[in-house]
Amino acid sequence: MSGHSEHNTKTLKLIVWRQAGPDKPGRFETYTAKNITDHHSFLEMLDVVNEDLIKEGKEPIVFDHDCREGICGVCSQVVNGVPHGGHERTTVCQLHMRLFKDGDSIYIEPWRARAFPIIKDLMVDRGALDRIIQAGGYTSAHTGGSPDANAIPIPRHDAEYSMDAAECIGCGACVAGCPNGAAMLFTGAKVSQFAALPQGQVEAAERVANMLKEMQDCGFGNCTNHYECEAACPKGINVKFIARLNREYLKSLL
Amino acid sequence: MILDGKCPTGPVEKSWDKHRFDMKLVNPANKRKYKILVVGTGLAGASAAASLGELGYNVEAFCYQDSPRRAHSIAAQGGINAAKNYPNDGDSILRLYYDTIKGGDFRSREQDVWRLAQVSNEIIDQCVAQGVPFARDYAGYLDNRSFGGAQVSRTFYARGQTGQQLLLGAYSALSRQIRLKTVKMFPRTEMLDLVLVDGEAKGITIRDLVTGEIRVHAGDAVLLCTGGYANVFNLSTNARGCSVTAIWKAYRKGAFFANPCYTQIHPTCIPQAGDYQSKLTLMSESLRNDGRIWVPKNKGEKRAANDIPEDDRDYYLERKYPSFGNLAPRDISSRAAKEACDDGRGVGPGGKGVYLDFRDSIKRLGEHVIRERYGNLFEMYERITGEDGYKVPMRIYPASHYAMGGLWVDYNLMSNIPGLFVLGEANFSVHGANRLGASALMQGLADGYFVIPYTVAPYLAASKPGKAKEDHPECKKSIEDVKAFTKKLLSINGKETPADFMRKLGNVTWNNVGMGRSKESLTEALAKIPGIREEFWKNLKVSGTELEVNQQLENAGRTIDFIEFADLLCRDALNRDESCGAHFRVEHQFADGEAKRDDANFSYVAAWGFKGDGVPPELHKEPLEFNLIKPAVRSYK
Amino acid sequence: MRFLSSSVGRKVLMAITGFFMLFFVTVHLLGNSSIFIGPGALNTYAEKLHSLGPLVWIFRGFMFLMLAVHVFFGIMLTLENSAANPSKYAIGRKLKATFASETMIWTGVLLLSFLVYHLLQFTVRVTPDIMPDAVANRPGDVYKMVLGSFRITTISLVYVAAMATLFLHLSHGIQSLFQTVGCSNDKTLPKVTMVGKLVSALFLVGYSAIPVLILAGILKN
Ligand SMILES: Cc1cc2nc3c(=O)[nH]c(=O)nc-3n(C[C@H](O)[C@H](O)[C@H](O)COP(=O)(O)OP(=O)(O)OC[C@H]3O[C@@H](n4cnc5c(N)ncnc54)[C@H](O)[C@@H]3O)c2cc1C
Ligand code: HEM
Ligand code: HEM
Ligand code: SF4
Ligand code: F3S
Ligand code: FES
Repeated sequence: MSGHSEHNTKTLKLIVWRQAGPDKPGRFETYTAKNITDHHSFLEMLDVVNEDLIKEGKEPIVFDHDCREGICGVCSQVVNGVPHGGHERTTVCQLHMRLFKDGDSIYIEPWRARAFPIIKDLMVDRGALDRIIQAGGYTSAHTGGSPDANAIPIPRHDAEYSMDAAECIGCGACVAGCPNGAAMLFTGAKVSQFAALPQGQVEAAERVANMLKEMQDCGFGNCTNHYECEAACPKGINVKFIARLNREYLKSLL
Repeated sequence: MILDGKCPTGPVEKSWDKHRFDMKLVNPANKRKYKILVVGTGLAGASAAASLGELGYNVEAFCYQDSPRRAHSIAAQGGINAAKNYPNDGDSILRLYYDTIKGGDFRSREQDVWRLAQVSNEIIDQCVAQGVPFARDYAGYLDNRSFGGAQVSRTFYARGQTGQQLLLGAYSALSRQIRLKTVKMFPRTEMLDLVLVDGEAKGITIRDLVTGEIRVHAGDAVLLCTGGYANVFNLSTNARGCSVTAIWKAYRKGAFFANPCYTQIHPTCIPQAGDYQSKLTLMSESLRNDGRIWVPKNKGEKRAANDIPEDDRDYYLERKYPSFGNLAPRDISSRAAKEACDDGRGVGPGGKGVYLDFRDSIKRLGEHVIRERYGNLFEMYERITGEDGYKVPMRIYPASHYAMGGLWVDYNLMSNIPGLFVLGEANFSVHGANRLGASALMQGLADGYFVIPYTVAPYLAASKPGKAKEDHPECKKSIEDVKAFTKKLLSINGKETPADFMRKLGNVTWNNVGMGRSKESLTEALAKIPGIREEFWKNLKVSGTELEVNQQLENAGRTIDFIEFADLLCRDALNRDESCGAHFRVEHQFADGEAKRDDANFSYVAAWGFKGDGVPPELHKEPLEFNLIKPAVRSYK
Repeated sequence: MRFLSSSVGRKVLMAITGFFMLFFVTVHLLGNSSIFIGPGALNTYAEKLHSLGPLVWIFRGFMFLMLAVHVFFGIMLTLENSAANPSKYAIGRKLKATFASETMIWTGVLLLSFLVYHLLQFTVRVTPDIMPDAVANRPGDVYKMVLGSFRITTISLVYVAAMATLFLHLSHGIQSLFQTVGCSNDKTLPKVTMVGKLVSALFLVGYSAIPVLILAGILKN
């Protein structure tokens, strides 16, 4: 084992939101996470706590996770008041325990927003984001018979801009962080991705109107430009896409 | 039994066109009457569900995540191949076909591969029409890069997030169909059994992962698009939820499992840091273009990497494979890393890692150049390990990554069970014994957008719609079976968690059936696995109940399927007494460590049939034929 | 109307009405600044305004409409937003939201109360002790009226406090306005935010200077 020092372990106090079901009352419970090293990811730390809970015959903490590499967007925990813990471009599955000190207290809560009902503990229902996409987050291209991919050149700048917007992983941290529970960053990113491309022009007006309407129907709030969403976004989606959404909406009225 | 892939006869180059013309069609007015169940909504499933819904079929789609957008296809970084020949560097359908066959070490079915190469171009057109923001050059045309040792630039990419963008494209097409009500989506739903009526696949039994309800969805055909089983090694680059469960349940109902031993190891992953580790993260192989791989010469080296002088470093790839050096193919470089670590010269926690050192290229090119090329990868590495790759060498280690094996399917992607179709990584069809980089995404989308919409028709056209309903006795029986299975898992009340068992299984599979396999290691594994299985049924601990969100229950079910499956994996590896592609039997190698194929005896697909618990599975063979090109020895010298 | 029921549509109305009010406070500040030139200047300015006749009323009507729409949707949006986000986190750590952005409704309501008070004082003129003939004789000696009022410390303090409120409201509001109507991107937003704060600060300083200088005895008859 060359060139690598062993790390001391840490003990942390976790104050975790436990809620048995959507309509059940929730409360904070305190747990101790022991033998945590710098190398544990945040979710691995919770795995350790859960293994202990199971062995004690208690119910483990339920949380969403899958890829554990910051791309699927399923993990969703508010750590010390900030979605994903507030480290730049980092999902909670990519948050590492070296960022915490021995003896730290950590509050862990689910995404909170009316449009995201809690399913259990830290797991929430983000189906509303899917419904926003279903309302218009696509081009109506049929399978088959598409023109050659190079038939329409797209300026590199536009392609890059579109890609910047397309990086959204649909995690919903923007909603969880927004003081208004608004999904404008998420919706704005999708609208902007298509708005920048020639393929997206045909349905542009309909798309923005329908997606916005669905967003409201799902119970999300209105944007008052707090920009918390951008700060919480693990993919660095910029609030310029909200401005773009607003612009596209105004254009759609013409 | 000798299996028949039912491939079209005649010249390979014409096979798909001919077949497409020969196939029966379903009358447009009748399509609505057929219900198709699509399990899995990754690239394969989402594209299939969207395309079938658009054609007018009545589709129900299922996934275990909370949204179809999160399937593990999302994690693919590198890119997707197509034979567009945009860079004018000599690519063609024939060349893509050739490379795929050769890459698979002549263990894939040539007509399937031809079809894949042929439709690859349409995939790119389709994705662009959907608004997938592929990388473009300054003239506004699509950009390509070369990938995975190909001599042409045929890989299309969207930053380091190609899989994500392709999946979001398919997901958007799927979302559109959901809006149009041609597709009904069931997220947070796990398939736990396949329902056969008169020997045909007519339904699936699922568990609603939120309410715990177990129910049957009946349909006229079932499409399994449930991804790969790389997690049989416990730690892999796959998502935590990726499992063999869906195809394993189908196998237990009679579907043949083909080539389970073909599993791919990726050489450049971030090493494991400890026992609690939950998954391994892949870093792009492109790092090997500028990084030098080495380990200390001396066992038990205690010095920090930067303090080890040049003379005490072993640049083993450069030493062993002077012409390829650090760019040696995936399997060779993976095995070499394992050898060095087994030799006690590994670095980092647990001694399971080798250095990937940028010191020399930083000296040569300057840090800014390296930062420009790989900045995001260095960032990711630092986020996970806390180390600065510009200052101290990165540590890498191989990890299980992809499953070439899967359920056996014929040319129509239908398994030996009528009505059961298998798409994407879940089937065995095109990659043979090894998959080329950027070809899995291509396969998933080819299957979903351009193959299944045609090939499902002959089966449906020949069967009456609505043959089975949810109240059919077979459906009821399946529900009872699944409920009993669930109860059993909950009732053991032992001492060890599903994660404990996965770790145990992973130790056996990774050490004995991982990068190198031998008769001894496989026999040993086959002796150990039944023990793990037995202990599982005695000592498992799952808390909670079945009628609620119960992630431990989910894990327990997936774990026992992996344990059972591992046995089959070992049997297949033992049966295949040759080395080919990623399947490396240490007994069969050339002096330089290259895999030594045995075409005379093993040029076949090994498809295993379930015969009952505790009874050895039955081996069926599908002989492989190569008409367009003839098998040759792979050489990377 | 679809526009009125749309989240963005209503926000745009907030922005447009906010913009006109912003325009008003700018002009009003310029007009009020004539006080620094001397008693005559302010009175002349007031007389000019009053001589416009019906135009004044059209303008007043328009501004009232702006205010009403702004207030109405401001309250609506705020109510909807708190319904959309009913529960708060145990630790309320904020990364980018500011005190100003989070208190828009409160600074707004305070501004509204100030406006009522301000209109009663200087437009309706229910303060006969300061200027007995003010109601009868319009515009009258506006300079004297202002001077008389601000010599009373509490009144001056109320004004300065109101101007601080205005500062808060606009330091968020100005950049927010550009973002809402879609006239901003990642490059311009930081600049607009800066300029917005600067302009708000100018309002604060400019307006507050009047009561402060009067109270300090620098501005006198
Ligand atoms: C880290 C990484 C990088 C990669 N990079 C590349 C690359 O650059 N280029 C390339 O070509 N390939 C790459 N691959 C491989 C490629 O991504 C996959 O092979 C491919 O995406 C698989 O797609 P799929 O649709 O078959 O399965 P998946 O995308 O895995 O989808 C499986 C679906 O099945 C569902 N499912 C599974 N089991 C059940 C069940 N029991 N019940 C209900 N639903 C179920 C899941 O919910 C999911 O929707 C990479 C793979 C990994 C892991
Ligand atoms: C002189 C008076 C006022 C001016 C100049 C003014 C100006 C502005 C401006 C420019 C905005 C930003 C609009 C946008 O982002 O689109 C704004 C927002 C807001 N205003 Fe006012 N306003 C005034 C009075 C009021 C009053 C009286 C209220 C409420 C009772 C109020 C409530 C709000 C609220 C809640 C917002 C936040 C909404 C948002 O940011 O979009 N304002 N105001
Ligand atoms: C120190 C600061 C201020 C001073 C000295 C001041 C002074 C005055 C005076 C003297 C008038 C009466 C003019 C006349 O009747 O001829 C007036 C009217 C008015 N002021 Fe101010 N004002 C101040 C700040 C503000 C602010 C901040 C606002 C808005 C937010 C405002 C809004 C108004 C309005 C709406 C009127 C009525 C205009 C009309 O008659 O149509 N004032 N102000
Ligand atoms: S915009 Fe950012 S925070 Fe919001 S869903 Fe997308 S990735 Fe998550
Ligand atoms: S935090 Fe909320 S208020 Fe708007 S700018 Fe972001 S959605
Ligand atoms: S688990 Fe996939 S992003 Fe965190």
